[in-house]
Amino acid sequence: MRNSNMTAQSAQLDRHAAPASPVQELVAEVAQAARYARQHAISAIFHAGSGHPGGALSCAEIVASLFGAELNLWPDTIGDPDRDRFVLSKGHAAPMLYAVAAHYGYCKPREALRLRKLNSPFQGHPHVGDLSWVETSTGSLGQGFSVALGMAMGLKLQNSFSRVYTLLGDGELQEGSVWEAAMCAAHHRLDNLCVIIDYNKLQSDDQNANIMGLEPLAAKWRAFDWAVAEIDGHDVPTILTTLRRAAATHGRPSCIIAHTTKGKGVPFMENVPAWHGSVKLTEAQADEALRALGASRQEIKDWLDGSDL
Amino acid sequence: MEATSEAPALIATNGDSLREAFGKALSQLAYEFPQLVVLDADIAGGTGAHHFRKSHPDRFLQFGIAEQNMMAAAGGLAAVGLMPVVTTFAVFCLRAIEQARLSLAYARRNAKIVASHPGLDVGPDGGSAQCLEDLAAFRAIPGMTVISPADAVEARLATRAILEFEGPVYMRTGRSPAQRVFGEDHKFEIGKGQIIRNGNDVTIVACGVEVARGLEAAELLKSDGISARVVNMPTIKPIDTELLVRCARETGAFVTAEDHNIYGGLGSAVAEALASTRPRPIEFIGVKDMFGMSGEPEELAEAYQLTAPHIARAAKKVIGRKPKKDKK
Repeated sequence: MRNSNMTAQSAQLDRHAAPASPVQELVAEVAQAARYARQHAISAIFHAGSGHPGGALSCAEIVASLFGAELNLWPDTIGDPDRDRFVLSKGHAAPMLYAVAAHYGYCKPREALRLRKLNSPFQGHPHVGDLSWVETSTGSLGQGFSVALGMAMGLKLQNSFSRVYTLLGDGELQEGSVWEAAMCAAHHRLDNLCVIIDYNKLQSDDQNANIMGLEPLAAKWRAFDWAVAEIDGHDVPTILTTLRRAAATHGRPSCIIAHTTKGKGVPFMENVPAWHGSVKLTEAQADEALRALGASRQEIKDWLDGSDL
Repeated sequence: MEATSEAPALIATNGDSLREAFGKALSQLAYEFPQLVVLDADIAGGTGAHHFRKSHPDRFLQFGIAEQNMMAAAGGLAAVGLMPVVTTFAVFCLRAIEQARLSLAYARRNAKIVASHPGLDVGPDGGSAQCLEDLAAFRAIPGMTVISPADAVEARLATRAILEFEGPVYMRTGRSPAQRVFGEDHKFEIGKGQIIRNGNDVTIVACGVEVARGLEAAELLKSDGISARVVNMPTIKPIDTELLVRCARETGAFVTAEDHNIYGGLGSAVAEALASTRPRPIEFIGVKDMFGMSGEPEELAEAYQLTAPHIARAAKKVIGRKPKKDKK
């Protein structure tokens, strides 16, 4: 484990005090996955020479919570028809999906650093034809949500208990088809469908509010008859609890509005629209970002070494 | 359940329209294909899907007037093991073509899109509703099979064929009662055309409503002493190059005929196939890069020069364009 002192300290404390609860362990694991995934994503984008760091960093805890705790999915159950499905509707956050998947053993971490390279399955946006654990191809905003809706509808038709999760960007909500899907999911009472919105308030060019305002956002989803929760999208215990609560919702689809920070964890990227992407990271910028993300000198050296990519 | 069955505006009463043949076939085939689900955007009465809605309400999925969501959702339904058939009007498929591209074709889903109301055959609804670009648009999507049957018999056979076929398909049906071309013994195979009338001077290659007009044109040409071959080409993609090469060798000239823009559809597919194998002169019958307008289908066919006399005239012209060595 490439790891931080925090986990080591808490493990130490736990040995001397009461045994850590399974919940605490899980939270620590997911938080660690998110930390690792941020470093991996930044490294991949650095080696690719392009990519979208801002919106990848903002959803680290969300994606890590799904893969690390919520989805009944493991690397050896990829083809199981009864698995839960996750669709990254904001497909440009692919580096985060790949990084979390690498952390949890769905692919080799070094291979996943071959982001955006010729003949690499780790394309700029996820493609179901390239990676067996990618559920559908995304990158055209709005479509992943509708595909997830189709999955939820199809699973219900087949009396499956599997759930479908999809992560949308906030700018993505400006696509009209999102609201077609929102209306449709509520009409069909798809309570096996959970939408999570990575609400980092920024999109490609500027703040949502300056491009096309989304507020009142929660009210919009409530008006469409969804069960809505608003949370801190970087707080792992809250994410895990809210996902569980969403799973228990009956008769309505769930929408979790996760308030996040674009570029989270890298101070020079945080809340700066220019880091939406697709951007080229210099070695100095990658180095600084990795340092901010808690990587050690040796780890940074390993991350920035692209000799095998 | 069948509240709209009496509404004459949408539901064709003539059993010989391609959409009705498709809808009836689908209802029958549902017993053989347990994974089949049919998606509708509030026009089941117009697409023929109302038959399926009546026979299999539990597998009929209503999406409301929202084609983009419907098209992409078909990808999700296919991803969890069902076989979705998306039904709408051809013109609305264009509105969801990017969903068909990414979530069906690129994602390699076994999903079918069946569009009624193609071409000028739509009639009085006018230019906004007459889709003259669908064959071109869907043909340009990698891995997408494109089909346009000629009559109700072929529409029925093609419906079975696309369900048996693995992969994304775009198929046109048709709104108007269609002239019967084929007997009950007709065979349909994806990717294969057929010579339905033999001749040696020129080959008329047609799809959809133009097949009947092509046969009529051959009859007109016969009275002028010209022997015209007619090929029914229901699969626009992949086009039957082998048959086209044979016809090039045996007749030396072509007229293509389709209820579609002359750009990008059957005519283009034929021209591309011949240009890279056995180039021969071709004349193109179709709508000449224009939009349609209101009118009855036959009136429109005449106004836009899609009828038999126009095909016959094009045949004579193309025969005149044959290089000397090919002239008999």
